[in-house]
Order: sequence, then structure tokens, then C-alpha cells
Amino acid sequence: MENTVAQDTKMAEFLKVADQVAAEYAGRRGSVIPVLQKVQDQIGYLPPEVMQRIGERLGVPPAQIFGVASFYAQFRLEPVGKYVVKVCHGTACHVQGAGAITDALCDELGVADGETTEDGKFTVESVACLGCCSLAPVIMIEDNTYGRLTPDEARKIVREYGD
Amino acid sequence: MAKTGATAEVTVGLSSCGIAAGAADVFSAFQRQFEEKGVDVRLRRTGCIGMCYREPIVDVTTPGGAKYTYGGLTVDQVERVVDEHVVGGKPVDEWLVRADGRELPDEAYYDQQVRLVLRNAGIIDPESIDEYIEVGGYEALTKVVTSMTPDEVIDELKASGLRGRGGAGFPTGIKWDLARKAPGEQKYVIVNADEGDPGAFMDRSILEGDPHAVLEGLAIAAFTVGAQEGYFYVRAEYPLAIKRLRIAIENATERGFVGDNILGTDFSFKVHIKEGAGAFVCGEETALIASIEGQRGMPRLRPPYPAVKGLWGKPTNNNNVETYANVPWIISHGAAAYAAYGTETSKGTKVFALAGKIQRGGLVEVPMGLTIREVINDIGGGVPEGRTFKAVQLGGPSGGCVPAEYMDTGVDYESLTKTGAIVGSGGMIVMDDTTCMVDIARFFLNFTQDESCGKCTFCRVGTKRMLEILERITSGEGRDGDIELLQELGEKIISSSLCGLGQSAPNPVLTTIKYFRDEYEAHINEKRCPALSCKALITYDIDPDKCIGCTVCAKKCPVEAITGERKEVHTIDQELCTKCDACRQACKFDAVTVS
Repeated sequence: MENTVAQDTKMAEFLKVADQVAAEYAGRRGSVIPVLQKVQDQIGYLPPEVMQRIGERLGVPPAQIFGVASFYAQFRLEPVGKYVVKVCHGTACHVQGAGAITDALCDELGVADGETTEDGKFTVESVACLGCCSLAPVIMIEDNTYGRLTPDEARKIVREYGD
Repeated sequence: MAKTGATAEVTVGLSSCGIAAGAADVFSAFQRQFEEKGVDVRLRRTGCIGMCYREPIVDVTTPGGAKYTYGGLTVDQVERVVDEHVVGGKPVDEWLVRADGRELPDEAYYDQQVRLVLRNAGIIDPESIDEYIEVGGYEALTKVVTSMTPDEVIDELKASGLRGRGGAGFPTGIKWDLARKAPGEQKYVIVNADEGDPGAFMDRSILEGDPHAVLEGLAIAAFTVGAQEGYFYVRAEYPLAIKRLRIAIENATERGFVGDNILGTDFSFKVHIKEGAGAFVCGEETALIASIEGQRGMPRLRPPYPAVKGLWGKPTNNNNVETYANVPWIISHGAAAYAAYGTETSKGTKVFALAGKIQRGGLVEVPMGLTIREVINDIGGGVPEGRTFKAVQLGGPSGGCVPAEYMDTGVDYESLTKTGAIVGSGGMIVMDDTTCMVDIARFFLNFTQDESCGKCTFCRVGTKRMLEILERITSGEGRDGDIELLQELGEKIISSSLCGLGQSAPNPVLTTIKYFRDEYEAHINEKRCPALSCKALITYDIDPDKCIGCTVCAKKCPVEAITGERKEVHTIDQELCTKCDACRQACKFDAVTVS
């Protein structure tokens, strides 16, 4: 019973965020993507109810909002962990062993690529080139970039991150 | 107060690569040292110095202007540099990588470079408009707005021979002319900063190191084509570039170089930043435009070209970051000076992001026409010790692999096209004998398949089928006829795709088949990976003659596949082994073999 109430409260907060951001962009052309980005920055992902609300506020059909959200890799339709560990799989990183880094991190955290840990702390995600090719292989957590990694070093970083 | 006459300033390279290598900590260490010891020397930040393989990089400059460069500097080393060099005036030779007046080995990295686009990167503080102005910044814009006509600017660009640096190489002067002549009052200019090629970081470095150069070029374009508004479309994965761009636009607006009534004339120009949302295809100009309009990034048929009908249906000039960064230099120094560099048809310079299996990887800018050999061996120092050069991948997922026999090909638009590769945006990934070319083809196709927008059947379905074939081949299930099927599919995808993504996605596959067919055949006919890379085709074993039973490998193995008593030969359980390579790296006795 309490769970549902908590969920409802959370959703109500999410919808408030959607209202606020949409209001900022009222009347501006081409605002769907920046609005989705700002909302996701604040609530972490884009639940269907939020996308519906954004559509209503911007005067855009919900199908179009969903079409945009599902097209771009940046938008998450499921919640993610507190920290998203992005493992670069660009060409230089691939050639320098990105696969081993992803394997090591997945093993360390007990998840598969793209999944979130049980405690909700980490999500491991393979991403396309982060642009730090001289330091391959590279991972990025929030705005922090780590380069020249060995699988062991990558494990150490997540073990100590956020403490 | 510590004696300060010895040093004028200390500069730390603080671009994304530098920061990732620890440069921010090094910067803080210098700050602390200066405070504790009362050192009164200017501590500055700069963008990418270019020697990425030596990050973190710190320059110490004397009052006379002599520069000493430290490479790979760690936080522990800062104190000695401060005491002996900054204060004491005596450089710590063993940590120097470059020094004015000395021919240190790393000097070879810069010998053949011509840094026009990167003229200020690594020298000025990218967050200071004053430093940009000090080195001649905004002089070109002033000249254009106060004393040139749009036609004169276009003539100058045409004479310079500047071609689009995003990959297509379309003559910039002609492009601007088309937008200028297009009917309509409202026009736009766009900077394509969606640098999505894996292995490319030229545009990121330019934006992080010298954002004003791009902004100035954009403003000149706006004046020339008659645009009132401009957009920077930047990948969201480049937060530092976005931050520095915001600062640059703010400062430029304050000083009247951007905004209303620029430099007191009636030319007004507003600039916005749009962040990408993680779609490689949005590097294609019509998809980019759709994205700015808030839609799915799906390319549109051309003609009409954006120059005539682009953003919101209005004439739009879209160019790459590097292209715009060239413009102020050309206006200030003249078209002839620019055309003095390069070849007959490919004028000027090109910035390359050198990475992969290379000793000296980083950002290099060379005259068009320098050979691949000169870039990779002379500038880049060649492949690591003990390895053999195999191929260089140029142009990212749209490009091709160039093998050793073509190393004397000049890096210019025409010469490279003959080999099947392209100049592309500038990504140059070096591969050696440990790289499996079939795996590389699979890697690129995996990428383009994922990024395909889905509009065209051949691209959407064809790349998937090609990928499936390549996955079968790399996992030991290749079949007779696979190579021919890949070629047939590849050619059909190229000819029936609407945009550059589909039209070039098969290139890495077709070029690797052309030059490395033997590797494909080994995978298919012998179930063997010559580079010993494809996991399904290799086996890890322990050599009983070399193993001394130290148990290190068993402890390292993440899946507990290694068994053995102390001081006895260990064995690997093939059923459990995931070929992660941890044991081979850990073994100090070379006892782990791969076959």
C-alpha cells in the first residue's frame, strides 16, 4: 500500500519537473530535444507519463515525443543507477582492449552490459567514441574521464567511486 | 618571497585528455606549491598542446620567452620542478620532452607539422577572450565587417582552395556562394560539431583549445551569406567543449563581436548552442538540421541542398568546426599564403587525430599531401617496439583501411580515394600485427548498423545481414561464398542508400576484403585468426616447460579456470576459459601461450 503512495508522490514530483522545464521553453521552436534533456538531467530517465505530459505542455503529439526519445541513444526510458559507467568502444579503445575493460567491470559489479547493479549504484554501458583516443582505453563516470586503463585499474575505480 | 626572476609563467594543458590523465591534479599541486612557497609566477591553463601521448603536459616559460615542456608529469614530481626550475631556473632535464634550442627526440613530432588551425591551441587560455585578441583574434572579423563585401570574402575563400574538412571536401567558397545567392531574407549558419567518428577528436580539441577561432569563422560566414542566427550543434559527450564555447560566446557578445550591431555596424548575429543527443547519423547535415528542429535525426533527400532550403526551410550554410577555424587565418594572411600549402587540388592543412597502435599518438596538423608514412613513422614514431605495421584506418566508419604497400600515398582527397579510403574527418587509427582485420570490419559494421536511422531498407536490413555474416566468420562459422555475399550486399547498400551513412557503411568491409582477403579466408576455411585476436578461434594454454607453479595466474583468473598446486605446472580448463588475457599478462615467465 505504502509503495504505491510513494510511487505516486515520486511521479507527481517528476511531472512538476516536466511542467517547469516545458514552461521555460514555451513558444520556442525545436525545443523537444532540449526539454527532454533537461528533464532527464533532473529525474534520471523518461517515464511514459512524463513524456505524455511534455507532449501536452509543448503541444506536440505524444507519439512524436516518444519517437524522438526512442531515436536518440542519450534518452533512457528505464531508470539507471546513480553512477553510469560509460566504457568507450570507439576504434582506438577497441584496438587497445575496451572489450576486456567492459568484461572486467561487468564481472566486478555482477551485471551485464547495459544493466544496473541491485543496489542501484552503478550502470555499466558501452558507448561510442568519447574522443580521448590517445588515452585508450577510456571510461567516463559523470564528467570524470579515466584513461590508459587496465582491467584491474577499472575495477579499482568503481570500487572506490562515490565514497 | 621565492626568487621569481627565472620564470615568467607556468602553463598546464587542461583539455579533456589532459584532465583524464591527471592534469587537473597537477595544476592544483602547482597552485599549492606556489602558495606555500610564496612563488609569484603566473599559473595558466591552456587547451590541447597536441602531444597527447605525453599528458599531463606542463610548459615553463622564461621571461625571455624560452619554453621548456615537461611530459607525463605526475603530482609527486611537481615539487621538484617548482624548486629546481621555476624558482631555481635550472630545468629538470630527465623529465623534459621539448625545449627551445635543444633537439630532444620528441621534437620529431612537430618537425613536419604546420599548425594553422591549431595555431592557438596549447598556447592561449581558451577561456580568455583577451588572450585571443592579443594574438590577433577578431582582426579578421573586423576587416571583413568594416572593409570587405561578401563577394570579396567568397573570392578570397575560392582562391584559397579551402575544402570542407568534415569529410566530403566540398569547396567552401562555392558553398558559401550558394547560400549567399539563395533567395530569401532569413538565413542560418551552422557549425557541425557532432564529431561522431570513433577515433576522431580533432573538433573536440579545437573547441576546447581555441573556441573563438571557430566563432570568428562562423561570424564571418554569417556576414557573408547574410545570416542573422547561427547554431553550434555539439555532441553531448563533449561537456568541456560546450562549457568553453558558452564562455566564448558570452565574452564575444560582451565585447561586441557577436550579437546586435557588431563592431558598430548594422550587421547583427546571434549564436545558440544545441546539444546532440547521441546519434551518429546527426553528423549528416540534413539529419543535423532535423535534430535542431526537434525531430528524429533522419536524413532528407538532396536536392534541395541546405544552402537553398535548410533549417526551418531557409537557406543554411553548414560547415565543420575545422573548416570555420581556417577562415580567420585565410582572411588575415591571404588566400595565396594558404594555397602555398598542400597539393594542386587539396590546399592548406588538415588536422588528424593519430591513435591506436602508435608510439606518439595525438593531435597533428600537416600540409595536405604529406605521405602516410611520414605521418605515422616520422611524426608518430611508428608502431610499438617489436610489432609490425599492418594498416591504418582513415575516415572512421565511412573510410577504409590502407595497408603497408600504400604508405607512400599522400594524405589528400584525390590520392586517398584511389586506394579506396578517404581523408574523412581526420581520424587515423594505426593497426599492427595483433589487430584482426576481419574483427575491425565487424567492429565498424556493428557501429553503423546500430546508428542507422532505419529509413532506407538496404541500409537498415543490409547492414544487419552483413553484420551477421561477419559475426559468423569471427566466431568460426564462416561459410563458402560469404566473401562474395559481403561484396554483393556492400555494393547494393552503397547504391541504394539516401545518405552518407549507408553509402559508406560497407567501405571498411570492402577495403579489408580487398587488401586482407587472406585473413577472411583463414577465418572461413581454416577457422584460424592470423592475428590471434578472435576469441572463438584462439586457445590459451600453459607451457609445461616454462610454468613454475607460482599460482599468480590462477589467482588472477576471473572465472577460476586455472588449476594447479603450488610449484606444479598449472592447466587451463578450456570449458571455463573466457580468453580475457589476464593470465598471459600476469605471468612473469612467458608460460601462457595463445594459438
